[in-house]
Amino acid sequence: MGEMKEHTISVLVEQTFDALPRIAGLFSGRGYQIDSISVGEAEEPGMARMTIVTRGDDGVIEQITKQLNKIVNVVKVTDLTYEPFVERELALVKVTATQSTRSEIMQIVNIFRAKIVDISPKTLTVECTGSRAKVQAIIGMLRPFGIREISRTGSVALRREFRGET
Amino acid sequence: MGMGIETSIGQGDIRTRDHRSPVELEPIYDVSGAEILVRALAEQGVKTLFGIPGGAVLGLADAIGRFGRFRWVLTKHEQGATHAADGYARYSGRVGVVLVTSGPGSTNTVTGIATAYMDSSPIVVLTGQVPLPMVGNDAFQEVDTIGVTRPITKHSFLLRSAGEIAETVRKAFYIAGSGRPGPVVIDMPKDVLAAHADYLPGEPVVVRGYKPKIFGHAHQISRAAERISRSRRPVLYIGGGVVASGASEWVRRLAIEHQIPVTSTLMGLGAFPTDHPLWLGMLGMHGTYAANMAIQMADVIIAVGARFDDRVTGRVADFAPAADIIHIDIDSSVIGRNVQVDIPIVGDARHVLVDLVPLVKTPDSREWLEQIQRWRAEHPLWYDRNSDVLKPQLVIEKLGEITDGEAVIVTDVGQHQMWTAQFYRFKHPRTMITSGGLGTMGFGLPAAIGVAVAQEDGAPRRPIVAIVGDGGFQMTMEELITAAAYRLPVKIFVINNGYLGMVRQWQELFFGRRYVASELFRANPDIARVAESMGALGMRVEHPGEVQEAIEKALAWDRGPVVVDFRVDPRENVFPMVPAGAALHEMIEAKPSEE
Repeated sequence: MGEMKEHTISVLVEQTFDALPRIAGLFSGRGYQIDSISVGEAEEPGMARMTIVTRGDDGVIEQITKQLNKIVNVVKVTDLTYEPFVERELALVKVTATQSTRSEIMQIVNIFRAKIVDISPKTLTVECTGSRAKVQAIIGMLRPFGIREISRTGSVALRREFRGET
Repeated sequence: MGMGIETSIGQGDIRTRDHRSPVELEPIYDVSGAEILVRALAEQGVKTLFGIPGGAVLGLADAIGRFGRFRWVLTKHEQGATHAADGYARYSGRVGVVLVTSGPGSTNTVTGIATAYMDSSPIVVLTGQVPLPMVGNDAFQEVDTIGVTRPITKHSFLLRSAGEIAETVRKAFYIAGSGRPGPVVIDMPKDVLAAHADYLPGEPVVVRGYKPKIFGHAHQISRAAERISRSRRPVLYIGGGVVASGASEWVRRLAIEHQIPVTSTLMGLGAFPTDHPLWLGMLGMHGTYAANMAIQMADVIIAVGARFDDRVTGRVADFAPAADIIHIDIDSSVIGRNVQVDIPIVGDARHVLVDLVPLVKTPDSREWLEQIQRWRAEHPLWYDRNSDVLKPQLVIEKLGEITDGEAVIVTDVGQHQMWTAQFYRFKHPRTMITSGGLGTMGFGLPAAIGVAVAQEDGAPRRPIVAIVGDGGFQMTMEELITAAAYRLPVKIFVINNGYLGMVRQWQELFFGRRYVASELFRANPDIARVAESMGALGMRVEHPGEVQEAIEKALAWDRGPVVVDFRVDPRENVFPMVPAGAALHEMIEAKPSEE
């Protein structure tokens, strides 16, 4: 089999009570990996758009998209990996901050264009938005200070419309 | 009882009187959800329900009784009801309907639903549920039916209001019966069935996000035709999809007009006549030498409505090494899943073949057919036909002769199932009803009941023979009482070897003859007496010389079910056999008698 590769799959699905468990159950029941899964209302009432980040070789990814398409409430499945797409994730990171480390942390936050959204005598909570890679990077930079809690949304993604053609 | 279905009881005979009038469905205003559901079922042409009532569906049962146009086949167990509906669907091609109560009623259908799911059989399972406000409270007889059945259903619905019932039923039948068919569950909270709404007869619905692909891609079809036309060693490999889509006639045309030999999976048996010179026999783990060798040597394989299951391919890495594979299936997810496919065609088997067959030019397959004839002559299916001991294959071969392949055969799972696949002379599609994918022991008898009921509902009349083992028979034998109660003409042939025979065979071949927990003879009942006690005719056959007469007597019996206990050689094994992990050509063949 081929090499494992990360794929970002966008799923447009009717918001029925059973649609989300069916999609999640597909991944657990057939042994597919989920790196992240996020879901929210789409542009059309009654529809949700789900962004799934998964990994697998070409055969596995083909099965995932075909099996998703078989779910009755799934209207459209797009593997964004093969075209330019915008991807964002939001993470909240609560990090230990003492008087001596606080300014250093704030420097890192500025470099990543992140934000401090909560402060306490012993902690800072950082809001960071960006690609998964950027979020991973800031978490990596903050880890030495002592991470208390992390809450991440998982990626959301849309295909890019304009690719510079004239 | 007393549900308005008129019943007369006497001498173990419960018959429901049919006082059906043509269904004219008028709008009805402000009626209960149960009344709406009953009318929505009638809209779908439902004639029969299989199931058992209970607390959560009493109102619905009452509405069914007052409506008076359905027959309710009351089984002994919900598993039996589900297999019966499955058998009904497989034989008639119509959606089978199950009605059970909440909690244990629904969990008892699980094996039946999974069986139907694996073999793509269209059933709709109506399950009772506790009232919506009590859902999640661990109420009496509450279970999360949708959650339990999610991985084994094509789709499921929870009714949330009486106003959505009719539309939901229409969607459920459409989804169950179209595309790659499969089971659909409708979970029905008690308060929703009691709530009132209007019933408006409606048109078939369109389900967004669900559009089965019927026609194949024209370019792919012409590529396939071109490849077949210049093949030298073509093989048609057909499966259950051919039966389900009604493509049997077109498979026959493709094969016979263009001289292409045919092999089939277990599920495809009957789609091609087994007495035709182009017939290779079944392929796979217990396939014939000719079929397996033909696959291994083929230059083109045309797979139609089959899914390259592991029991078919043997060791995948060495499957059909020389072949270009053309794969026709309505479910794109089975294409390219287990083996690499050169020409994929997504579509309904019949529609694709209708487009494909006229484009094919007859390939030059003369040398190939001669080779196949040699394989067939040198490696036929074999058993000791002159034995003094009753051989199981003899029973099946004799049954084939006596019925001339015109019976509908229902099997259970195990050795007898493989012998049936090997030795019965199938001629017609939908005459082999068997649990292929899930391999459900206990399927045979209740599924045969479903076939008998389908015949009463208008499906073609044929003798019905359930071939089962002593192990599987005892898993659902309570349904013999059901068969007797409705005086259904099912002939149950128990191939009784006193063992879980396939387990015994593997223990003999691969586990040093240590027969752990497979020796049923230590506690088997007298099957003929069990049958008599349940209201069926019971017979026992111990010698080869008695077989013919016993089969003729059983087929002639016209007063309900017959059970024949065939006491067969317990040491008989199923050959050829491709051991697990071996390639298809690495078969263990039956030992020829020393002459």
